[in-house]
Order: sequence, then structure tokens, then C-alpha cells
Amino acid sequence: MPTLTNDMMRSIIMDHYSDPQNKHQPPKEGYEKVHMHSDNCIDDLDIFLLVKDNIIVDACFDGTACTISTSSTDIMCDLLRGKEINEGRKIIDAFFKMMHEEEFDADLLDEAIVFINTSKQAARIRCATIGWNAAEEILKDK
Amino acid sequence: MYDVYKIRKQFPMLTNNIKMQNKPLTFLDNCSTTFKPQCVIDAMNEYYTKYTSNSHRGDYDLSVNADTKIEEARKEIASLVNSEVNEVVFTTGATGALNLVAYGYGLKYLKKGDEIILSVAEHASNVLPWFRIAELTGATIKYVEIVNGRILAENLRKVISNKTKIVSLAHVGNVLGYVADIKEFAKIAHEYGAIMVCDGAQSVPHIKTDFKDLDVDFLAFSAHKMCGPTGVGALVGKYELLQKMDPFTTGGGMNSVFKKDGTVDYRLPPYKFEAGTLDVAGIIGFGRAVKFIKEIGIDNIHKHDQELIDYALEKLKDYKDIIIYNKDARNGILTFNIKGVFPQDEATLMNYKGIAIRSGEHCAKLLDNYLDTKATCRMSTYLYTTKEEIDVFVDAIINGGDILDAYFN
Repeated sequence: MPTLTNDMMRSIIMDHYSDPQNKHQPPKEGYEKVHMHSDNCIDDLDIFLLVKDNIIVDACFDGTACTISTSSTDIMCDLLRGKEINEGRKIIDAFFKMMHEEEFDADLLDEAIVFINTSKQAARIRCATIGWNAAEEILKDK
Repeated sequence: MYDVYKIRKQFPMLTNNIKMQNKPLTFLDNCSTTFKPQCVIDAMNEYYTKYTSNSHRGDYDLSVNADTKIEEARKEIASLVNSEVNEVVFTTGATGALNLVAYGYGLKYLKKGDEIILSVAEHASNVLPWFRIAELTGATIKYVEIVNGRILAENLRKVISNKTKIVSLAHVGNVLGYVADIKEFAKIAHEYGAIMVCDGAQSVPHIKTDFKDLDVDFLAFSAHKMCGPTGVGALVGKYELLQKMDPFTTGGGMNSVFKKDGTVDYRLPPYKFEAGTLDVAGIIGFGRAVKFIKEIGIDNIHKHDQELIDYALEKLKDYKDIIIYNKDARNGILTFNIKGVFPQDEATLMNYKGIAIRSGEHCAKLLDNYLDTKATCRMSTYLYTTKEEIDVFVDAIINGGDILDAYFN
């Protein structure tokens, strides 16, 4: 993937925060939901995945959240949509590795790479990962 | 003359060049906790290095020494809040103290149909213990209405009745910082035969809180919000109520006799409530912190807090993008939002600039409907805060830059 400058990364985060395409209630029945809220802040989100025949058919979310959690969850929904469950798990795993400054496969993360600096703001790691934790939870028993 | 720079020299956290995000630390989250002066740290260290022993246990000099120090701390605390010495019970903090009243008194005396009065501005520690007691006894919870961030006596009168057994309210709210007229509330509670519990976590460290004058039945507070150690606090209670109240924890140090048939004689208050080995070092540090506060003078501390908030308000008065929720509280707490900025994002930006403030609901999760916002940012001062720190804060508000600067610079 092309190298993103800081300005490009900033605008990707802001785009996904100001106009999150995946922030809505599920359009139809059949989605699995996990509710996430943080003890310390007010992030309060529902994450919805529609999983069918080993494929994550759709992903969306709704609720109240800060810039980082909204943007990160929105990007995650884009990334997971259409992936096989195992691929989805690999993407989530790569994201967690990036958060904790471990080696990770950047190709898997696509736009989610914009959160690479989150570890500089340790208090915000939970914001960046809140949606990802929910998706991991839904996929856990698949 | 209040010399804040001289006071600061006594705090290692303020003299050790502590940095956050590689910038000098500006600590403006004093409602959450406060720094400790060297004298408090030394007092605690001395217990560990010179006279370690269990209290109320030994027949030897070291143990008597620990006992003496604990009782000295109790005297300091009683003198700060104007109570009798034997009315001071050591707890793990304000939370521990409120739970002790809830379980020791509430669980014993409340029954189905009784009412407990709280407000929606209360901290979780003054809500959740009462939820449990209501659940266990069948009592119900009522709320006094909040008007412009304040609890008014006339609104307490609207909800109180002969069914009310407990009124439990904060003296100073931890979100908005208004001082409640607890003395009047206690009078009203007593007219109806209810007991008045006062959460003093944010008041005892900042304003004169006179247990006898307020005529409250119980007063709860924590050491760590007033330059003392974490994990220790006090419940001050009227002695006749402490006598009636059941212990919440039982064990060593709080009984005088117990027999195989189950009979127990508890010691008299306050010892009846102090089961197990106490946090001796913590209590000694608490006592020393209270002495430190008294030396500076609680009224001077309050005046200093007010001046800092006035100074911040003056500097921010022409800045249109800030919403301040408690301009007239002037009690060391400024609660605000920046228009169009999520409070946590503002706090992250502040962190990036080395400034510690709090964002969120501040543990008062019932309050959001009343403030017209789910969350806020809270800046809070204490006796060592300087105008220069307020300058750093105001500059970050006005010239803060983009919220993503924290991630990309």
C-alpha cells in the first residue's frame, strides 16, 4: 500500500469521524450484537456483525463515542465486510499487535494503519480498540 | 501571605521535574486525587523504618507507639472537622465510609416502604451502596431535583416525607462544585426524623466542614483528596448513632469477648468498626496531611481555589467556543466543553500538552440529562496550583490546535 503522510492519516481519521458510513442500526434482522462501554470514559457502542456461511457479510455500529473510537470502528467495519471469518480474525489480530507496538502485517490493515500512533497516547488505546474487541467477541465462537 | 511557590517546594511531584508527553506536568485533576507533601511521605516512612508494629495488639513499647500515633491522627481529624475524637472511624476512604453507614445503619434500620433521598448529581459511591440497601430492605430511592446545578432546600422539602429515613447528599458536588446548604438539609431531615449523611469527599479538603455546626449525622471523606495517602479515609458519626450501628466487617481488634455459643461483645465505637489490622502507615499519613492542611488554613485554601477559578474565568471570558457549566461555583472546579469537540478528545489534547484534566461523567452517571450533555471536561485546582498553570491550561484551550495533534506531532 502507498505510504501515508501524517496529513493524509489525519484526514482519513477525521473523514471517518465526521461522516461514518457504517454508523447506523442494522438495516435488517439477523445481525449479532455486542454492546461495549468503557468504565472510565463514555464510549458506549453497539457493534453489529452479520455472519453467514463463514463470511462476514456486513458490519455496522451505533452509539456515542470519541473521534478515535468512532473512526476506528468505522474503518474496521469497512475492513471486515465481505471477509471470511478467519481473515477477519487475522485483521483484528494485526490491529491489536499494532496497538501494542508488536510486529504486524500492515497489508492486512489497509486504512486502519492510521491508528499506528495510538500507542503514544496510552489512555486512548481502549478507544481505538473498543469496536475491535466487540468484533473479536462475536467471531470468537464461530 | 499565601505563598504558593513555597508550598510547592514541599511536594516531590512538583519539584522532581515530572513530565507527561515530554512536557512539564500541569496537574489540574485535583478532584480525583492530590499530591503528597514530603512531611506526609516521611511520616509514613517512619512507621515502616522506625516503629513498625501492629496496633491494639502488643504489650511492648513499639506497639504502644503505633497506637499513640493512630490516636494522634484521630485527634487531628476530629479537630479539623470539629467532632469528638471517638466519633472518628477510620475506613478505606469515602467509599468505605458510605458503605459502612449504608450497611451498618441502613441495613439494620430500613424496612419496606421507607425512603432514601439522594440527588442525581451524587458520585457512584453515594448512590450504589443505597441501591443495594434499597434492594435488600425493600426501601425506595427518591431524588431531589437539581436546579442550575444546585440542590435547593425547597426541593428537598418537595420529596421528603415521614417515610424518609435517610437523606444522603454531597456537601460539594464532584462535577459542578457547588456548595450545598447541608446545614439546612440536616435541619429538614431531622424535622422528619430522618438521618442526614453528608458525602464530604470534595468539601473537607477545600472548605470549612464543621460536623457539629452542620449537625449532620454522618460525614464521609478520603485522605487522598487532601494531600494524604490513598486507601484511607474516615466516617465521622454522632456517637449515639455509632453505638446503635452494626459493624460492617468483623474480626480482630473490634471485639472484647466472644464465646462458643456465638455471643460477642463488641468494643465501643470507633473501635467496633475497625476490624482487622488497620492501614497504620496510611492513618499516620492521613493525620499528618490534616495537620499540614490546618497549618496552611482551610479558609486560605478555599480562597486560593476561588482566586484561581476567577483568574481562569477572566482569561476565558471572551473565548466563544467554550461552554462553562459552573461559572458561579468558584470552588476549585471548572466544568466545561469545547464546542464541537468530544470531551475525551479535549482531554487527550490536554494530555499531549502535559496537562492532566478529567473527561467523562466523573462517576456521576445519573447527571447527564440535567446538563444537556453526556460528558464534560473538568479542571480542578488545589492548594499548590499556580496562576502560571492556569495560563498553560487557558493557552491549551484557546490555542489548542487540532485534536489529532496528539497523535501526529
